[in-house]
Amino acid sequence: MIEAVNVFKSFEGKEVLKGISAVFEKGKTNLIIGQSGSGKTVLLKSLVGLHDLTSGDILYDGRSFPALDHKKRKALRQEIGMLFQGSALFDSMTVEENVRFPLDMFTKMTEEEKRERTNFCLDRVKLENANKKLPSEVSGGMQKRVAIARAIALNPKYLFCDEPNSGLDPRTAIVIDELIHEITHEFGMTTIVNTHDMNSVLGIGEKIIFIYQGEKHWEGSKDEIIHAENEQLEDFIFASKLFRKIKEKS
Amino acid sequence: MKLFYHIGRYSLFVKKVFGRPEKHTVLVKQVIKEIDKLGIDSLGIVFIISIFMGAVITLQTAYNIDMAFIPKYTIGLAARDSMLLEFSSTIVGLILAGKVGSNIASEIGTMRVTEQIDALEIMGINSAAFLVLPKMLAFVFIIPFLVIISMGVGITGGFLAGALTGEVPAADYIYGIQFAFIPFYIAYSIIKSVVFAFIISTVSAYWGFYAQGGALEVGKASTTAVVTSSVQILLFNLLLTQLLLK
Repeated sequence: MIEAVNVFKSFEGKEVLKGISAVFEKGKTNLIIGQSGSGKTVLLKSLVGLHDLTSGDILYDGRSFPALDHKKRKALRQEIGMLFQGSALFDSMTVEENVRFPLDMFTKMTEEEKRERTNFCLDRVKLENANKKLPSEVSGGMQKRVAIARAIALNPKYLFCDEPNSGLDPRTAIVIDELIHEITHEFGMTTIVNTHDMNSVLGIGEKIIFIYQGEKHWEGSKDEIIHAENEQLEDFIFASKLFRKIKEKS
Repeated sequence: MKLFYHIGRYSLFVKKVFGRPEKHTVLVKQVIKEIDKLGIDSLGIVFIISIFMGAVITLQTAYNIDMAFIPKYTIGLAARDSMLLEFSSTIVGLILAGKVGSNIASEIGTMRVTEQIDALEIMGINSAAFLVLPKMLAFVFIIPFLVIISMGVGITGGFLAGALTGEVPAADYIYGIQFAFIPFYIAYSIIKSVVFAFIISTVSAYWGFYAQGGALEVGKASTTAVVTSSVQILLFNLLLTQLLLK
């Protein structure tokens, strides 16, 4: 479980996060949603420790991340996997080397064990015959799969995904969403997904937090979101014609 | 004020670069890879520049001291000392600031804007040390070899130019390059080049590491890296000359 406690974050005097508190549950796919510029990426990066908080606290199963010393913070980071918006695969490494990288850096596995673990992760994301290819030689969807495989290589407790299906076609986007959802349940991870894609929201949103102008405006599940009585959330959900039609029919 | 900001941030960055590496075996592999990329790949340009520099220095000196009372061997002496004292370290340093510096800045800058550096940080890796330390160690290690090669090739270039144009007889040139030889000049040149290698690798990495935005900003970071490295090379050239040759 990850808990954000009254999180504030400012950049050069401009307040981006304004006292956000939220609980992200273990074994569930937790979604942070909001319009572009609402502060959801800053929240995700603050949760994962890429941004220092202006004030507030982040608790990983009760451990305060900002209060941890360098050594403990480093150990905690190895329990974290992250899937970036642009995949963030290392250009100079092959698909296999990307997945193997955390194993090389942080484990004392033998070559054979590393190979087995790498193949297991690549199989798990259903990626075949791409081991020796460079990231630039595979499609966007495949890059996301490699990034997921790399993120789960060390068997993390916490998985963060920043707009995992941006830039993907709708079918591939659903596949990636489902993969994240399956992995979360299979490994009992605390997964936090940052998205503004309503297909993801309605597909995998077991717990959803809606951010508006740096504040938490609503939280609930995918079953509750359609009937939520929040003006900003309604504007966000029903921005597309398709969802407006669905609402009118229901 | 911005100058002090960058000096401060650069100092903190260098401190991070010297952080303890995650795994020494990985560091050694990276250093070997960087020696090939930054050093061996630069051999061609060093060779071309040096041979032409040596040739031009020889011909310019020959045309300028074409007087009966100045012996011909002084042309060889002048070519040798020019290569040893200045050209093989400073000019090669400036050229490598362009080639290696822009390469480092653009590589690290691209990694920054595509979130690859964030990915390293998330894993708990000191990204500055992981990315920059191998480049710095490799470049500092390989540059003395490049400088020595440059000296040899430059002096040979002078010999060929003198002999082929008939401006300097071969025997005079060979006598000149051995005349009043001071071995410390080689050490002086190597010391300078090591400092330049440190400047090129860390300053370029600094600009790449803090690049923000997209491809345009990475390009700007690369240009700034080359300009700042070059200015610092000139500055330290002056300081080290005063310190070492006084």
